[in-house]
Amino acid sequence: MGSLEEAIEGLKKFLSDKDDAAVAKIKKLITGLQERDPNEFDPVKRILEGFQHFKINKFDKHPKLYDKLAEGQWPKFLVFACSDSRVCPSHILDFQPGEAFMVRNIANMVPAFDKLKYSGVGAAIEYAVSVLEVQNILVIGHSRCGGIKRLMTHPEDNSAPFDFIDEWVKIGLPAKVKVQAEFGDLPLEDQCKHCEKQSVKLSLCNLETYPYVQMGLANKKLRLMGGYYDFVHGKFELLEFEPHFHHLFST
Amino acid sequence: MATLSPSSFTKNFNSSIDFPITSFQTFAIFGPKLKTEQTHFRLSTSFNVRTGSPLELKAMKEPPGLTQKLDKNRLDRLAESENGCDLFEDLKHRFLRFKKHKFEENLGHFQNLAEGQAPKFMIIACADSRVCPSVILGFQPGEAFMVRNVANLVPPFESGPSETNAALEFAVNSLKVENILVIGHSRCGGIRALMSMQDEVDSSSFIRSWVIVGKNARLNTKSAASHLGFDQQCRHCEKESVDHSLLNLLTYPWIEQKVAKGELSVHGGYYDFVDCTFEKWTLDYKGSNFGKNSRLPVKNRFYWC
Repeated sequence: MGSLEEAIEGLKKFLSDKDDAAVAKIKKLITGLQERDPNEFDPVKRILEGFQHFKINKFDKHPKLYDKLAEGQWPKFLVFACSDSRVCPSHILDFQPGEAFMVRNIANMVPAFDKLKYSGVGAAIEYAVSVLEVQNILVIGHSRCGGIKRLMTHPEDNSAPFDFIDEWVKIGLPAKVKVQAEFGDLPLEDQCKHCEKQSVKLSLCNLETYPYVQMGLANKKLRLMGGYYDFVHGKFELLEFEPHFHHLFST
Repeated sequence: MATLSPSSFTKNFNSSIDFPITSFQTFAIFGPKLKTEQTHFRLSTSFNVRTGSPLELKAMKEPPGLTQKLDKNRLDRLAESENGCDLFEDLKHRFLRFKKHKFEENLGHFQNLAEGQAPKFMIIACADSRVCPSVILGFQPGEAFMVRNVANLVPPFESGPSETNAALEFAVNSLKVENILVIGHSRCGGIRALMSMQDEVDSSSFIRSWVIVGKNARLNTKSAASHLGFDQQCRHCEKESVDHSLLNLLTYPWIEQKVAKGELSVHGGYYDFVDCTFEKWTLDYKGSNFGKNSRLPVKNRFYWC
């Protein structure tokens, strides 16, 4: 709060030598600053401090990198991660600017190819694979995922529907069915954990329904991987997904 | 090109696919291909580290001089990795660094976060690899619920369910975030695609089907900035699109209600990675003066450089 006190002291110095209108304005500013609760969260201050830290400690320290990135991006990864505030891949896997084209959505889901319903995800995959030519697609699930919990509990718990959330997490229904069939006798928390992982596998299968992904796999220019971040125990698992190919015909 | 139907994948999916969490069986990453007719998963490396337990590295031996390698400029590391072994090893070491320098050093904080998240921000940002808000605005674990899509677009309520509004519903109604920040950025490929679109609909592209959400921003840009060069028009549209996304946020009744009551603030931002500047503005909501066709009323506009 040193800066707040400095600001108030600085303003007070102006009081003595300004006209009445200016004095009134300055007094109002001082009152406003003094009334501020030092513990109150200030979103603007938070954003500014974050940006200043980035500029001083990263951008200004690596001019060649950032000059290059200004001209274009050549990420090696397309990453799908959950929107959950605790699981950003830039933290847990230390992705630096330029490394990962990153989609974040509820429960890190990749729906099957559907141009009408899921154009957002399709656009990201098309851009990353066809335009940016990423070499790896990584889908990362995580522990205690709210979206997966919703999938597993609704509508059986008779809770009120969430119009958009429920429509979205329905993508994971095949994962839920499989988990309930295999692990239906386990407590809900364990079933959710299985579903978090099964949903990653489902998303990897769904990736294969996109033509650009199929081509990339066929040309061996693309690899698909699934990850699972357990923030309860501080663990990370990684799997590679290798689909088989149908030989259709030869001429 | 042939499109495999989803039903063939359902069949594969229903066959037994294990996700072994207790088995640390690994396969050679290089060498003869595994012969199998089934879709399968293989565990490449499991980096399962508890404090005090030995590291299990079965895929390959640690290369000598690992400490020196870790000290190298890690920004170049992925560029050096030509083979899959290095890629997995690299990801593993990145996680272990995070675990050592962040997770374990703030164990109490991470244990609290494991019980639940209470972020004050919901961020909508572009999927572009250069603009992650965790990096450019320093959001730490627990601070920001984040949606990232092509061109940081927010579709309006009437467009129906989508991944973006599912996340909005969760963040606003369940997590009860206090701030929504939509961040646009310079040289956005998605906005460029929007500005480049010909008027006739090209149905073959997902990108076009998605970025059309920003069509009003494109219209406004064409009328306001047609005298500018294409690059400048794109820049104009990048910011215009953020404003339109803010307007689209207010088409959600439960968002407008909270904004009207002062429980939720809606902000726009623009990150220019050419000059390293950040602009930020806040929606100035005054109920009856608000109309979809009027210019977006804003307050507290800042420009940081």
